[in-house]
Amino acid sequence: MAAAAELTLLEKCLGLSKGNKYSAQGERQIPVLQTNNGPSLTGLTTIAAHLVQQASKEYLLGSTAEEKAVVQQWLEYRVTQVDGHSNKDEICTVLKDLNSYLEDKVYLTGYNFTLADILLYYGLHRFIETSHQSRDN
Amino acid sequence: MRLFVSEGAPGSLPVLAAAGRAQGRAELLISTVGPEECVVPFLTRPKVPVLQLDSGNYLFSTSAICRYFFLLSGWEQDDLTNQWLEWEATELQPALSAALYYLVVQGKKGEDVFSPVRRALTHIDHSLSRRSCPFLAGETESLADIVLWGALYPLLQDPAYLPEELGALHSWFQTLSSQEPCQRAAETVLKQQGVLALRPYLQKQPQPSSFEGRAVSNEPEEEELATLSEEEIAMAVAAWEKGLESLPPVQPQQNPVLPVAGERNVLITSALPYVNNVPHLGNIIGCVLSADVFARYSRLRQWNTLYLCGTDEYGTATETKAMEEGLTPQEICDKYHVIHADIYRWFNISFDIFGRTTTPQQTKITQDIFQRLVARGFVLQDTVEQLRCEHCARFLADRFVEGVCPFCGYEEARGDQCDKCGKLINAIELKKPQCKVCRSCPVVKSSQHLFLDLPKLGKPLEEWLEKTLPGSDWTPNARFIIRSWLRDGLKPRCITRDLKWGTPVPLVGFEDKVFYVWFDATIGYLSITANYTDQWEKWWKNPEQVSLYQFMAKDNVPFHGLVFPCSALGAEDNYTLVSHLIATEYLNYEDGKFSKSRGVGVFGDMAQDTGIPADIWRFYLLYIRPEGQDSAFSWTDMLLKNNSELLNNLGNFINRAGMFVSKFFGGFVPEMVLTSDDRRLLAHVTLELQHYHQLLEKVRIRDALRSILTISRHGNQYIQVNEPWKRIKGSEADRQRAGTVTGLAVNIAALLSIMLQPYMPTVSATIQDQLQLPPPACSILLTNFLCTLPAGHQIGTVSPLFQKLENDQIESLRQRFSGGQAKASPKPAAIETMTTAGPQQIQVLMDEVTKQGNIVRELKAQKADKNQVAAEVAKLLDLKKQLALAEGKPLENPKGKKKK
Repeated sequence: MAAAAELTLLEKCLGLSKGNKYSAQGERQIPVLQTNNGPSLTGLTTIAAHLVQQASKEYLLGSTAEEKAVVQQWLEYRVTQVDGHSNKDEICTVLKDLNSYLEDKVYLTGYNFTLADILLYYGLHRFIETSHQSRDN
Repeated sequence: MRLFVSEGAPGSLPVLAAAGRAQGRAELLISTVGPEECVVPFLTRPKVPVLQLDSGNYLFSTSAICRYFFLLSGWEQDDLTNQWLEWEATELQPALSAALYYLVVQGKKGEDVFSPVRRALTHIDHSLSRRSCPFLAGETESLADIVLWGALYPLLQDPAYLPEELGALHSWFQTLSSQEPCQRAAETVLKQQGVLALRPYLQKQPQPSSFEGRAVSNEPEEEELATLSEEEIAMAVAAWEKGLESLPPVQPQQNPVLPVAGERNVLITSALPYVNNVPHLGNIIGCVLSADVFARYSRLRQWNTLYLCGTDEYGTATETKAMEEGLTPQEICDKYHVIHADIYRWFNISFDIFGRTTTPQQTKITQDIFQRLVARGFVLQDTVEQLRCEHCARFLADRFVEGVCPFCGYEEARGDQCDKCGKLINAIELKKPQCKVCRSCPVVKSSQHLFLDLPKLGKPLEEWLEKTLPGSDWTPNARFIIRSWLRDGLKPRCITRDLKWGTPVPLVGFEDKVFYVWFDATIGYLSITANYTDQWEKWWKNPEQVSLYQFMAKDNVPFHGLVFPCSALGAEDNYTLVSHLIATEYLNYEDGKFSKSRGVGVFGDMAQDTGIPADIWRFYLLYIRPEGQDSAFSWTDMLLKNNSELLNNLGNFINRAGMFVSKFFGGFVPEMVLTSDDRRLLAHVTLELQHYHQLLEKVRIRDALRSILTISRHGNQYIQVNEPWKRIKGSEADRQRAGTVTGLAVNIAALLSIMLQPYMPTVSATIQDQLQLPPPACSILLTNFLCTLPAGHQIGTVSPLFQKLENDQIESLRQRFSGGQAKASPKPAAIETMTTAGPQQIQVLMDEVTKQGNIVRELKAQKADKNQVAAEVAKLLDLKKQLALAEGKPLENPKGKKKK
């Protein structure tokens, strides 16, 4: 899923009514958001966190210092580990690690649903989708 | 909570520097662990630093740990910090790990280390200077500063990798490095060993291979949006209204072009192409085409401009080629000089002179400079041991000798390098040497040679550089290369050769010798000018009045920026020295390099057979000009840029503007009554035009091309919003509005045609013909946007400017130039590679085999999972097979057939 489509989906999910327009920068098509009252914002997780604030749902970024740091850690994980790898072995490692991390948890921060869960879900969707298909085949 | 760090793990730096923030908020224990220790139970790979929280959870991301410390101190998150941290993780880290790996693990230096991070460092520098804040996210030091400082510290603590051109980055880095928590973190992690302290850690990391592909990018740096003041708008409108009157008279074309006292005199050279090679697209964009854009721009500014180039004809390579083709060296030069001249003519290169180095003037000037150097004691004599073939009665240049490699025993090693092991060889060390021509055994004879005493010239050179460099437009890579040469110390350089094809050495005892090409090739610029006008010294001995711009690819920097200036300074004859040395990076072809021997890539003479017009080639090559970083020619990208930028953006706009004048106003430019929107547009266009000038004055050719496309994008939007095709059918007011919009649009088209002239001269002339642009406006570009097509001006016949490139057309061209070696089955390819795999390729494969071997050994030692070992072994076997093929020997039988 292209980053712009993902952000549009997130906007809907957050209940933001007016859709933003995103441009893409560089070879990796990093999303850019031109905000009305400030400089543009670049990067998927940066824009996502901005949208969460726009929707006044700051709790999705974590409530305590620990939660906030954990959320950002997994957002970074999403753009560096999940997006950064395309080779099968590496993706397997990512899935294995996540599985063992989540063994005793409901969500990435423990018991609270956050932006990290949303973006990681979007990011993993493509792998899990294809692995289902290949199993069906 | 407990922080696990590891000595020499780069992530420990920012974490330790930020740890102080948490003081008094929570108890923090710090433990040191080995880099291989798996602290985090759920992660497969070892990761340090790690923070174990009191809840039992782990933070394993360096930024997240730092963020946590900052959050504990009461700091609040913000968009800008998030953006910096995301950029650090996704852009900076991959670049930095590549640079550090090259530096620390592979022991590389200079450009190899710097080039992966150049773009990222420039980005930080620009951001700091643009916001004019001392810190990344504001007036005070914060999370983003600590995280980026920690990431950059290992590399930038060596001043060689912190160029002074990046002033804002420089002072930001110094400020942070001098703070106590940062200093302490640096001492703990690097233990005063500098970057080498990271070695044990980095050696265990996989080689950052994925970075290679990413370094090559054709995308522009970010664009900025401008805000306009009322004053700027008023000035733009005033300039517009003056129109053609504000144009100065056109200077008549002089012949010959000579500098004029009190005016701006621009002397432009493009690196002299070596005569016996057909230039490829990389050569063309690297020098001749880049210099051509600047020369054309310079003429549009009405500066006295002389642009010269020529073929570099002397040397061993010409002799070899002559022998191969059974011609004399002179005949070879005559033949190839014409090929070069034809190619550049086809590309529409506007040389004032395209000469050659084999002329009497070359001999005269070279010998004169040499004599002056001798007279001033800057030439040394020394004995050099060299191979001499008694049968052929001559000393053998390195590439004329073959023998057994002293390192690996390969039987057909060349005198300069072994094709098998890739090592550089000193020809006299070859075992069983043979003369390549007669196959007899040469003998070692000593031969007297002359050396240019560079160490003695070091002082005047440095004085000159100190005077020249600040404020000049030398490209960063050129500065970097010169700096590293000076740092490594200058050594005497041999300037003579035992050859026949060259400039004779006018010294008793040296009658059989000629000057080494690199000594006299750069003098070619002078002699070529001397063949153009007998007043050549007005250009070349006139440093006060002449600005010398020299264009080249970066491998030529030492000769132009250091060696030739030394000769010229030593000659003490008031020579004009390079004021602006403009060096490009390399252009790759698709995913690899251009290769004549493998037929990969497009060469100058083939471009014309593609059916794609020269201007489209020029546009695309300039669009991807390797300015600041390597870039790659890609057929798909060329199709995309042609169809989107030229056809849909630029061509579409200019064509519509002209068509509206023809269709709605009978070919006459309508009255324009400017509204405040139009005034803003005028100011926007003016601003972009000024940006274009600023960029081209700094020779940022690729960036300036973006300004043209931006203006035409503004133009398209303007037409789209104002819909003149609807308004023309409306009320009187609507029709007037349609007129204004059409008039303004067609004037923007006229402006674009002039701005486009340096890049696409033929297209530019076509537009000017279609619009019947008055002649003075065609040859002068001012810094203001003028109304050059006033109401009532009659335009000519408008027709489309560009053609769509189709997928199948491009696909067949891609096939044609792919060299056919890529997708063919490995067997026939083996024969191919056997004769063509270069020493570098073989070296790369050998390195990979060694590396993969280590991986396998390590896995076995760790008793790793069997499947994993098997997979790595399979990779190793495959690499070995490739290596064997590349070396031209069958696997089963290593001493099999020899190549012919």
